[in-house]
Amino acid sequence: MPDVEPTAQRRVWHWTTLAVLAAVLAIPFFAGEYYVNFASQIFIACIFAASLNLLVGYGGLPSLGHASYLGLAAYVSAWLFLRLGLNHAYTAAIALAGTTAIAAIFGLIALRASGLGFLMLTLALSQVLWGTAYRWVSVTEGDNGLRGLTRPAPFQLDLDQPATFYYFTLAVTVLALWLIARFVRSPFGAALAGTRDQPRRMSALGHSVWMTRWITFIYAGFWGAVSGLLFVYYHKYIHPASLSLTTSAEGLIAVIAGGSGTLAGPLIGATIVMILKNYVSSYIERWNMLLGFVFVIIVIFMPDGLVPGVKRFWQRWQRRKP
Amino acid sequence: MTPALAIRGLKKDFGGLPAIHDVTLTVMQEERRLIIGPNGAGKTTLFNLITGDLKRDAGEIELFGTEVSRLRPHQRVRHGLARTYQIITLFPRDTLEHNIMLSLLGLSPLRWNPFSPLSRHAELRSRAREVLALVDLEAQAARPLSEVPYGDQRRVEIAMALAQKPRLLLLDEPLAGLSQGERAAVRALIARIPRETTVIMIEHDMDTALELAEHLTVLHYGRVIVEGLRAEVVAHPKTREVYLGH
Repeated sequence: MPDVEPTAQRRVWHWTTLAVLAAVLAIPFFAGEYYVNFASQIFIACIFAASLNLLVGYGGLPSLGHASYLGLAAYVSAWLFLRLGLNHAYTAAIALAGTTAIAAIFGLIALRASGLGFLMLTLALSQVLWGTAYRWVSVTEGDNGLRGLTRPAPFQLDLDQPATFYYFTLAVTVLALWLIARFVRSPFGAALAGTRDQPRRMSALGHSVWMTRWITFIYAGFWGAVSGLLFVYYHKYIHPASLSLTTSAEGLIAVIAGGSGTLAGPLIGATIVMILKNYVSSYIERWNMLLGFVFVIIVIFMPDGLVPGVKRFWQRWQRRKP
Repeated sequence: MTPALAIRGLKKDFGGLPAIHDVTLTVMQEERRLIIGPNGAGKTTLFNLITGDLKRDAGEIELFGTEVSRLRPHQRVRHGLARTYQIITLFPRDTLEHNIMLSLLGLSPLRWNPFSPLSRHAELRSRAREVLALVDLEAQAARPLSEVPYGDQRRVEIAMALAQKPRLLLLDEPLAGLSQGERAAVRALIARIPRETTVIMIEHDMDTALELAEHLTVLHYGRVIVEGLRAEVVAHPKTREVYLGH
């Protein structure tokens, strides 16, 4: 990547970020409860997609099993709360630690391969969890899912209020995206991108390609777990579908459609997927077909995804200006 | 003095076909060694076995007295080994400076830092600029690698290896694909490599290679057939038979 981003482009980027942030902060003041809740769900999807992007975009490791961490964290948290009566602080800590540990174990297995082999291993591992959630009825309630959950009340904040939950989710999302941005721009992130582009060369330079990928796998699993906690807090219910291939695939579509290996891409992609899934689906029964159609159109006209595609169009337009 | 590289009974087959057959080789520290042989003689395979890019079938490899046969490639780098590839494999979208920084990070604990932005590590950038200055490319530091000529990319590749201050440097056809002018620049660069760095080179440009190397090893069908001082090897009948063709 070029070392110095053009100043004008950077300025546009800063102002766009500020404008988006201002609009996002203002939503609860002018939007109805439905839209506030909808926006909260988009934030959760953004964290999920951004965490998957660490693997897909920055590590070159396409995963079809990322829903494992979302679903597992949600299930662990819900089960501890319902069955053992633990408070939310403990359930959150255990769910995050446990899911991250599982991500470490899954990483050990999945990183035995790369490319298509990696993809299939992540899919297989996630299917094991999905099958367990469906069949281990005494623990998971099977197809009925776990219900009867409540939302936590950190610092006496009533997260049952849509606006409060919205700001809480927004704060976690901003923190997650900031830490993920720091991660990919750090020396470790540079090494990770290097292992994506030239693993053999990176090895010859003294970088442990496997260890770099494994740490990233765990880190991505952790943020997947964070999105899972927010997911279960939002819905107050968890079903095996959260662990399904469909959930993983939606995340992957969001990353690829928005632009893998960019920070903004997965956020745009996740927003599009959520709008199609939750909003358009009210009007169009076969919204999945529409999602597929939108994805195909994006990939045809912008093979790298929306963010790099729009950036390229913008640069071309700038060059044409007299 | 401990040899920089000691290989004993090294073997590697590809599908039953021996690529490296019982090779034993010793390269002393500070030596300039040239490995020659016809196409398919096993020269690059030998390099790949030394670096660990390929797993050996049998034999032992020692770097500066340490047995490294079981180590992974990145672990061998910690014993002072660096290499270049026959086909340049760098990071074309990144700047020259970023390419060198990746090399510097390879041996630095900083590579595990997941938090502070790379751009804020001024000392790393300044070290990268110093390395680029060594190969006369400092002025191009901010350009993407893909935008500089092939010859400059080759110099960046050698600079990346030298940035790690290696004790043993393997150069795999460093002059391949270069124009006359570019060859002169790379040749001068190789000649400037500090004496404490042992250099083993594969090169088909015999005039240049013989100018740079004092010792020669001739490989043929994966075997060492002649080895010794430059003049002895060049004059040896076997060398003339298999390599020089007369």
